[in-house]
Amino acid sequence: MTKIESWGRLSTPAHTLVTLSSVTNAPDIIANTRGPSLPYGNGRSYGDSCLNPSGTLWETRALDRLISFSSESGLLTCEPGVLLADIQRLLIPRGWTLPVTPGTQLITVGGAIANDVHGKNHHRHGSFCDHVTTLELARTDGKRLTCSKEHNTDWFAATAGGLGLTGVILSATIQLKTACGPWLTTESIPYHSLDEFFFLSDESESEWEHTVSWIDCTSQRGVRGIFMRGNPSPRRDIPEERPQKLSLPFIPPMSLVNRFSLPLFNSIYFHQQSKRTGIQIQHYKPFFYPLDSIKHWNRAYGRRGFYQYQSVVPRKHREDATAEMLNEIKRSGQGSMLAVLKTFGARQPPGLMSFPMEGVTLALDFPNRNTTTLKLFERLDAIIRAAHGRIYPAKDARMPRELFELGYPNLQKFQNFRDPGISSSLSRRLTGS
Amino acid sequence: MKHIVIVGATSAMAEHCARIWAEREDCLFSLIARDQDRCTRIQKDLETRNPNTQCRLHQVNFIDPAAISELITRVSAIPVDIALIAHGTLPDQQACEEDLSLCEHTLTINGTSPVMFAEAFAKQMAPLDHGHIALIGSVAGDRGRKSNYVYGAAKGLVTRYAQGLQHRFAKSGVRVTLVKPGPTKTPMTQAMPNADSFADVREVAQQILKAIDSRRETAYVPIKWALIMMIIRHLPRTVFNRMNI
Repeated sequence: MTKIESWGRLSTPAHTLVTLSSVTNAPDIIANTRGPSLPYGNGRSYGDSCLNPSGTLWETRALDRLISFSSESGLLTCEPGVLLADIQRLLIPRGWTLPVTPGTQLITVGGAIANDVHGKNHHRHGSFCDHVTTLELARTDGKRLTCSKEHNTDWFAATAGGLGLTGVILSATIQLKTACGPWLTTESIPYHSLDEFFFLSDESESEWEHTVSWIDCTSQRGVRGIFMRGNPSPRRDIPEERPQKLSLPFIPPMSLVNRFSLPLFNSIYFHQQSKRTGIQIQHYKPFFYPLDSIKHWNRAYGRRGFYQYQSVVPRKHREDATAEMLNEIKRSGQGSMLAVLKTFGARQPPGLMSFPMEGVTLALDFPNRNTTTLKLFERLDAIIRAAHGRIYPAKDARMPRELFELGYPNLQKFQNFRDPGISSSLSRRLTGS
Repeated sequence: MKHIVIVGATSAMAEHCARIWAEREDCLFSLIARDQDRCTRIQKDLETRNPNTQCRLHQVNFIDPAAISELITRVSAIPVDIALIAHGTLPDQQACEEDLSLCEHTLTINGTSPVMFAEAFAKQMAPLDHGHIALIGSVAGDRGRKSNYVYGAAKGLVTRYAQGLQHRFAKSGVRVTLVKPGPTKTPMTQAMPNADSFADVREVAQQILKAIDSRRETAYVPIKWALIMMIIRHLPRTVFNRMNI
């Protein structure tokens, strides 16, 4: 048994680890594992969707071979343990990029599909599985399925955002997008109210591929934040710098993010960023993956770990629900520097259990202060419930079952595609099995 | 184009070394492995990473001297720049104690076999005065310990052999590097207790390449094993015998 923690480090349950290292024998290993098991990629899910206490985790990281790539069509086929970072590093210099990428590139392709991850360009390109053309699924009964938008479409829709519960992905084909290089033209604009944020978001959607904003969840003088937008830049004449590698080599006894440090950090960050407004040329790594340069940044929250609360509310309620949530958070004095507010576009999601919907998503880290933090989440849940929103399972470790059922109306249908040999801490908590 | 021959190409360490080489420059790889299906997948991976990569796949009986000699002569028709000898097995020590044929196989596949390959390469490289032989040894070869002394003895043989080969080629253009990895997280070690605390195979591969690039004679990877093994080698017997390692 090996102790495994998820990215939020809330618990370190023991697991039996089984390494899958060859797609040839992986289906047999999967079929012959006894007891509830779960595919496990790079362990970057925040809550308990990647945990299976006392059960088995099939580690997929060693299934990390590229299978084929066509520089004419941009179709990449690879095994599920390949990191998004590998794809970006290898293919951006050859003129191709992942069309959708989340805030970290240190996740596996399998994990990106299982959570149907989204990025800063949702309004333009949807979520990750919108660009997955085919995937191969192995089930614990020994069956193998090739799923795409033409074949086994229902299986495809269940596996996209299916939290690894429909089987183990053995390979995936992704339609990459042409890239003109590693640089982006970016612009940062400070905003001082939610209206201003929504105005900037709406206005930017037609001209800018990427939009996102950092929001100060502690500001006592109304809402403030930094709106960031970016477009691919054709510049090729800038030398790439070697990125600095920082690391948090130990776990501090208490959270470095607390009620004293947080307003200070946020204020410094806001004022620093407000001075750097205007158009800049930025490398894709700091723009898309600012935290990837600090190894083990999740240790900053101390021994007790942290929660991330990421929700989305429909467009109709975006102003009032967001304002209410920010008020609750501000009143509680909790939260962290890592607070993101971003709009999602109107797109049909590719998966039954996909998280994005047209509206606005708010994501915040909270150092774990036990009941105090959980009580705050209950108040935030009430706002989400009233606004008909939903919470992102990839980040969740505590949402009530009833809110999950309300937020994901396709849940019953999804359950039919579950693999009975697979379950996670999250699936047992939210679906009973 | 650099010609790199990898013996035991499906070993996780060797595969990750090959990836780094392929991403760095255009290479011709001669991949020698038992499992051709797996080797084909590695070939595809390398060719996808760098479309200018060329791979040739070879199969051989790893314990047949005549077959090894014939294959290495054939492969060396294109002069070899780097030969990485990375194959091996890690059997259970207790099983070796109970089953003499397993004991023999362990000694052969981890000891005699890599030596035969290295000797075959040496024969081809010596007249050209060019080439680099890299052998994957192990920290287990530094001092016999009850937990894995059969495997350790085979790796110890490789260590002594590499020493001799380095002596032989000291004044020539042929280089010999002996890499001694500490416990590394690979499919070969996954059944071992504490496998999770082992070094990451990607990091180990990077350091193997560093050792080859800088033409080191012996390299412990990760480097901390140089210190740990120095202490273990020098522990007085009375202390050593009390340790459960």
